[in-house]
Amino acid sequence: MQRRTFVKTAASAALAAPAIRPAAAQPAPTRNETLILVQEYGPNSMDMQGIGASQPSNGVSLNCYDTLLRFKRVPYAEGIMTHDLKDYEPGLATSWQIASDGMSCTFKLRDDATFHSNRPVTAKDVKWSMDRAVSIGGFATTQMAAGSLEKPEQFVAVDDKTFRIDFVRRDKLTMPDLGVTIPFVIDSETAIANSGGDPWAKDYLKNNVAGSGAFKVESWKPGTETIYVRNDAWKCGPLPQLRRVIARDIPSPSTRRALIERGDADMSYGLPPKDFKDLAEAGKIRVAAVPVPNAIWYVALNSANPPFNDVRLRQAIAWAIPYEKIMTAALFGRGVPMFGGPEKVGKIGWPVPSPYSTNIEKAKAMVAAVTGGTEIATTLVFDAGSATIAEPMAVLVQESLAQIGIKVEINKIPGANFRGELNKKTAPMVINRFGGWLDWPDYFFFWNYHGRNSIFNVASYQNKAMDALIDGARFAPDAASYEQQVRGFLQMGMDEIPMIPICQPFHDVAMQKYMSGYTYWPCREPDFRFLVKSA
Amino acid sequence: MRAVLLRLAGALPTLCGVVVVTFLLTRVLPGDTATYFAGPTASAESIAQIKASLGLDRPLPEQFWRYGVALVHGDLGMSLTTGQPVRAEIIARLPASAELTLCALILAIGIAVPLGVAAAVRQGSWIDHICRVVATAGVSLPVFFTGLLLVYVFYFRLGWMPAPLGRLDAFATPPHAVTGFFLIDALLARDLVTARAALAQIVLPATTLALFALAPIARITRASMLAVLGSEFIRTARASGLSGPTVVVTYALRNALLPVVTVLGMVFSFLLGANVLVEKVFAWPGIGSYAVEALIASDFAPVQGFVLTMAVLYVLLNLGIDLLNRAIDPRARRGA
Repeated sequence: MQRRTFVKTAASAALAAPAIRPAAAQPAPTRNETLILVQEYGPNSMDMQGIGASQPSNGVSLNCYDTLLRFKRVPYAEGIMTHDLKDYEPGLATSWQIASDGMSCTFKLRDDATFHSNRPVTAKDVKWSMDRAVSIGGFATTQMAAGSLEKPEQFVAVDDKTFRIDFVRRDKLTMPDLGVTIPFVIDSETAIANSGGDPWAKDYLKNNVAGSGAFKVESWKPGTETIYVRNDAWKCGPLPQLRRVIARDIPSPSTRRALIERGDADMSYGLPPKDFKDLAEAGKIRVAAVPVPNAIWYVALNSANPPFNDVRLRQAIAWAIPYEKIMTAALFGRGVPMFGGPEKVGKIGWPVPSPYSTNIEKAKAMVAAVTGGTEIATTLVFDAGSATIAEPMAVLVQESLAQIGIKVEINKIPGANFRGELNKKTAPMVINRFGGWLDWPDYFFFWNYHGRNSIFNVASYQNKAMDALIDGARFAPDAASYEQQVRGFLQMGMDEIPMIPICQPFHDVAMQKYMSGYTYWPCREPDFRFLVKSA
Repeated sequence: MRAVLLRLAGALPTLCGVVVVTFLLTRVLPGDTATYFAGPTASAESIAQIKASLGLDRPLPEQFWRYGVALVHGDLGMSLTTGQPVRAEIIARLPASAELTLCALILAIGIAVPLGVAAAVRQGSWIDHICRVVATAGVSLPVFFTGLLLVYVFYFRLGWMPAPLGRLDAFATPPHAVTGFFLIDALLARDLVTARAALAQIVLPATTLALFALAPIARITRASMLAVLGSEFIRTARASGLSGPTVVVTYALRNALLPVVTVLGMVFSFLLGANVLVEKVFAWPGIGSYAVEALIASDFAPVQGFVLTMAVLYVLLNLGIDLLNRAIDPRARRGA
């Protein structure tokens, strides 16, 4: 805030002073104003709303576009910030007001915000961008629908600087859904002018940024490098300290680790957990570890088909998972254990520890009671893309289940086939990880336990009572009934145990000690706007 | 000239075969492109929508026809993983791989041929043993291991080499593209700073690859030299009182080079496609890692484009080797 006031005063002072000569051209960014980021792979598209955009495309949305509002940043640890999904600060909107009937919200747009093309940002652009997000299909449309943002008629450009969203229902996820990396505001005139007839300018926006954000993309070589430069005309926050960001794609994790340890990179994304553990222990590099909100590593058991449609078998397996071993040998401690909790769910939230812990004798007796001693043969699948963690985990589970009379065959599935496999809904055991962007327990349960049977309901769990509790919590009228419903489905999830929670993973990022202002967002990509390099 | 054209015409059926086989293989392999690109929260409709937009819902013969027509127009399709046209990507990435492979090959020849000759001339001596050890080590050490080892020692520990960040340091700008080979382009632009930077970046990956390529070249040079040195015309030459170096270099080596050149061709084309691991370790934006990433994502177009490019290269390379053989061996010339 102070800095913004300063910028404002400085700007008005400059205006007041007689302009004798134009400002000299800015010198090239120094190394201290340039960030070197190394990551496994970069964006495959500049358009996070587009179909098939990869995880790093979120970073383009975050840094090169603006949203109406942003989540408030809150300190987490030294040099690390996180965010509050229920508290907002201005983005393109300077103020917003929810109508007295609670069925619409009116946003006042910033007067002076301009796109990279120098066009002023208008409500028409906001409407076009929102219409696009709910109509384009794929992930963007699903994510918008998660906040009950479903159709173009909901978005109204009242005048140039006033924008309104009409709600289809009261949904506590509507406002937070406006802060994620999907409803970003696009320069609609530029996009349409270059669209070649496509109403949503998909090809143009895939390869070009048409935003108002703090950074522009100077060069993008897919698979090699993305270079961002600061947009000095950015209005939605204090001017970033970084003037240039070079994000290199370095596929080998060993090389990424060597680069950060030698000091040739300022920030390294996506190392194996063992490397993060080593770096954190060595202490020369700062490892920003934030437990990923809403997320768990879990073992899902197919509850629709034999043998695991028998709840006693599912519980037996939950008693047989070698939790501690998994934490040390697969995750190297880079997560919060989610086992060994109280029998009755205590704290409301997600994730919460399950009541299970490793007890082979108990598990053995429970299995024997069901099978009478005959061996069960089953298959455990996981995504080859997450093999660094999932593979040792699978082997440990296999060893442990062998002791209770369950023979597990491990099937590692290449990334391209994994979702297809999940969609078939036939895999008996799956090791996987899930976390929703919007950190509410009912949100997690809606995707993973609801009878709608989304792809994330890996266990194909179907239970009308569960659905009623989840739906009840999603649109609960007051806090007391919300808490009651959440407690209900958490307890049911633990008793019925179609998904066995193992741990809440850390999101780890390695950076030099001279870096500060790192902010963790739901999309997990680095935000260059608030990063400060002071080498 | 006629021979060259005939050879090229003869390659056409091979290329057609490659086109058909890669097309079928990419379709038969497991992996559902549409599901993969529909993203995690895809519904059945959105998957169908993507299938339709990719033309994957049409019968195979029709898909093949469309692919063939596009191919004739020089269109290799779009990569879904990088979102770029395959042709542009291959054109951008092939020089990176070719530059690396050529540097490695030149380095390997520079070491392996003299080593092989020396080993053959002094059979059973210490130099022969060195040749054997180097060849065995080169083949048995996996390239990613040698690569990581070199990075660890020369970059991480000693700090003699620049960061393995790809073809150029993050702060350097690539030279104006003429050949696509950074070393040559930088020299053409008389930009010695960039040329030096590019050279420094290529030393470690080229050495890694060269270590791997060393073995077959050294072994074949040695074997071929041994055969030639034991033949009658060498005995005659020695009996006529010609000096040792004249016999070895002028008479023996020239004749021994034939199999070496043939092996070189094979090693080159093999390295070009197989240096994926080196490309990964050194973040080299080459064609091998491009194809592998695409394969993992079931992204057909780049895989097909890659195989086709390699096939064309192979044909051209073999042609070049044949021509080179003619230059070296007069007997090969008489036939045409």
